[in-house]
Amino acid sequence: MRVGLFVTCLVDLMRPRIGFAALELLESAGCEVVVPDTQTCCGQPGYNSGDRASALALARKVIAEFEACEYVVAPSGSCAGMIRTHYPDLFRDAPEDFARAQRFCAKTYELTDFLVNVAKLERVPGRYNGTATYHDSCAGLRELKIKAQPRELLAKVCGLTLIEMKEPEQCCGFGGTFSIKFGEVSSHIAERKCADIEAAGADAVVLGDLGCMLNIEGRMRRRGDMKTQVLHVAEVLVRDVTAEKERGIK
Amino acid sequence: MQLTSNRFKQTARAKLADTDLQAALNKLQTNFVKGRADRVAELDNFEAIRDAATAIRDRALAHLDVYLAEFERNATAQGTVVHWAETTVDVNRIVCELAARYGVRKAVKSKSMVSEECALNDALEAAGIEVVETDLGEYILQLAKEPPSHIVAPVVHKTREQVSDLFEARHHRPRTTVIADLTREAREVLRPHFLSAQMGITGANFVVAETGSTLIVTNEGNGRMVTSLPRVHVAITGIEKVVPTLEDVTTLLRLLPRHGTAQTTTNYVSVTTGPRRADDSEGPEHFHVILVDAGRSRLLGGDMEAMLRCIRCGACMNHCPVYQSIGGHAYGWVYPGPMGSVLTPTYAGLENALDLPHASTLCNQCGVVCPVKIPLPDLLRKLREKQFARGLRPWSERAGLAIWGWTARHPRVYALLSAVGARLLNWLGGTDKRIRDLPGGKGWTVGRDIPAPEGKTFRALYAARRAENVRK
Repeated sequence: MRVGLFVTCLVDLMRPRIGFAALELLESAGCEVVVPDTQTCCGQPGYNSGDRASALALARKVIAEFEACEYVVAPSGSCAGMIRTHYPDLFRDAPEDFARAQRFCAKTYELTDFLVNVAKLERVPGRYNGTATYHDSCAGLRELKIKAQPRELLAKVCGLTLIEMKEPEQCCGFGGTFSIKFGEVSSHIAERKCADIEAAGADAVVLGDLGCMLNIEGRMRRRGDMKTQVLHVAEVLVRDVTAEKERGIK
Repeated sequence: MQLTSNRFKQTARAKLADTDLQAALNKLQTNFVKGRADRVAELDNFEAIRDAATAIRDRALAHLDVYLAEFERNATAQGTVVHWAETTVDVNRIVCELAARYGVRKAVKSKSMVSEECALNDALEAAGIEVVETDLGEYILQLAKEPPSHIVAPVVHKTREQVSDLFEARHHRPRTTVIADLTREAREVLRPHFLSAQMGITGANFVVAETGSTLIVTNEGNGRMVTSLPRVHVAITGIEKVVPTLEDVTTLLRLLPRHGTAQTTTNYVSVTTGPRRADDSEGPEHFHVILVDAGRSRLLGGDMEAMLRCIRCGACMNHCPVYQSIGGHAYGWVYPGPMGSVLTPTYAGLENALDLPHASTLCNQCGVVCPVKIPLPDLLRKLREKQFARGLRPWSERAGLAIWGWTARHPRVYALLSAVGARLLNWLGGTDKRIRDLPGGKGWTVGRDIPAPEGKTFRALYAARRAENVRK
């Protein structure tokens, strides 16, 4: 199976290790993984800011880069959701390529969804000696119905116990540029999420989207919680991140 | 109502710091969010009802002219007088003319959000007519001289103690904080007004084409008195509220109370068909219905038409993380929350509510809970597109988007800039890998750290790994 890894711009810039974790997972599922080196962004910032033309130009670029792959996988519900659910809307402006875009959408997956439903991954190498709670990111949950998939995979992680927080489906307040335009409101929403995570009493909050991850981690540290780990599901599935917990976050 | 939507950011900031408001908003989540979920779970065919309700609203909108004409015909046949108001100014003029014609000195009102759009109370008072709001929440707000902050629970932003203080000051009675006593006190004050008013003003949740009726759902019973005691009843509602048949209404009523107040049904469902007949024991002598456009017809046939399906349940705001954080006043006009962020710029002008379409994380919880499936995040995004196309965004944002758009299309430049960015931010993060303050990044760092990047981009590390493998 030839799979294109859409790394996403935030993983590329902020957390390369998550990109490598995704790569490793796909390879362990028996995929031949290609990583086009010209890839940048799926176009979501433009699309959500009203700049359809830029978003469409980037959508064309993504399709050209990955079209030869049998599947396209992103370690992000938000970017995969942009492609799967919003590219068709964007290509209403370019009807000549609409069918092509639709075909592309159909083979694009969020990582955990792909691992469970397409690659049917049986075992994961990750180990975690502790408890974790899963935050359902909005785009993954409501655009792609990512809910059971990450939990199913986390259940395979040796030593990991999953605890549900009070409202795992409640937005963390990130919202892309919303987090900067309305920083105080965004932080207030993040605070509520952090309080729910704290109340769950888990060693780590695990999630599937970089935006939410940076938002929650940023708020968590600001409110003085240096202990709770904020982890992407891909890294938990691949590595043993327990030691990093015990070392503590400075 | 005065439009203050362009002060959204400042007001929102103040609301975040308002501890009484925050306590009140917490209760909203328990009562309305959990309550709605429970009421919906009771329906084994909820999604089928939701589809049917959506189809009913779409059918009404697709043939709006036909159903409105049918309503007018049937209402007129029952003795109702139907008025058409193109603008909110027309509404106020019509009501004031009716008041003058019937010698009205006092009007009692049941809750009507369309009358808030019109600032009707101000117009009536300017014409020398006393106006008394009789919905408990609206009555409290009238005493406090405040606008509503929620379309179903208008006084949700106030705590019980604040209401006690207000009643004590305005009613000159001993202070009580017992809710039942506060309610009784309001009833005692309001009763003489019901009996002495010459005009009753209501909204209408729906108007029914086949019967020429107007319909309101209420819980307090004030609606019944407003529609039956005064000599004149005026119902004011938007043209989009028409529904073909009474049977259609019953479908919509299975969803409206469950989504609005977490009830299976409201205490009262009042259907008014014409004024009092010869053999009726009660009812007004004159019944007037004002059908209001005020921007609605502009949405027909366009990309925002789905918004006209709205049945004003308030579920979108109850479930919105932004509304839950700041309440309704920051939105700056009649309608708050996601539906308000669509309606305000649409009815009051794109340039008069620049922040609202952006004041959403697009989490789509609103779209998921909407009983008539309005794709609110999509509509907010369309408004963002309209703002962008009209050049209404600040230059800094437009420049930022242009730079981002160009760079993301030029992979080499992008790779270079992101490598520099990753390095720089990593360095700024210092030993504990947290950036607490970033020049130009205050929006983020005002309430959060920036977790520092690892230092190298994925792209660079992956290229290095590939080169290594080749050497091996």
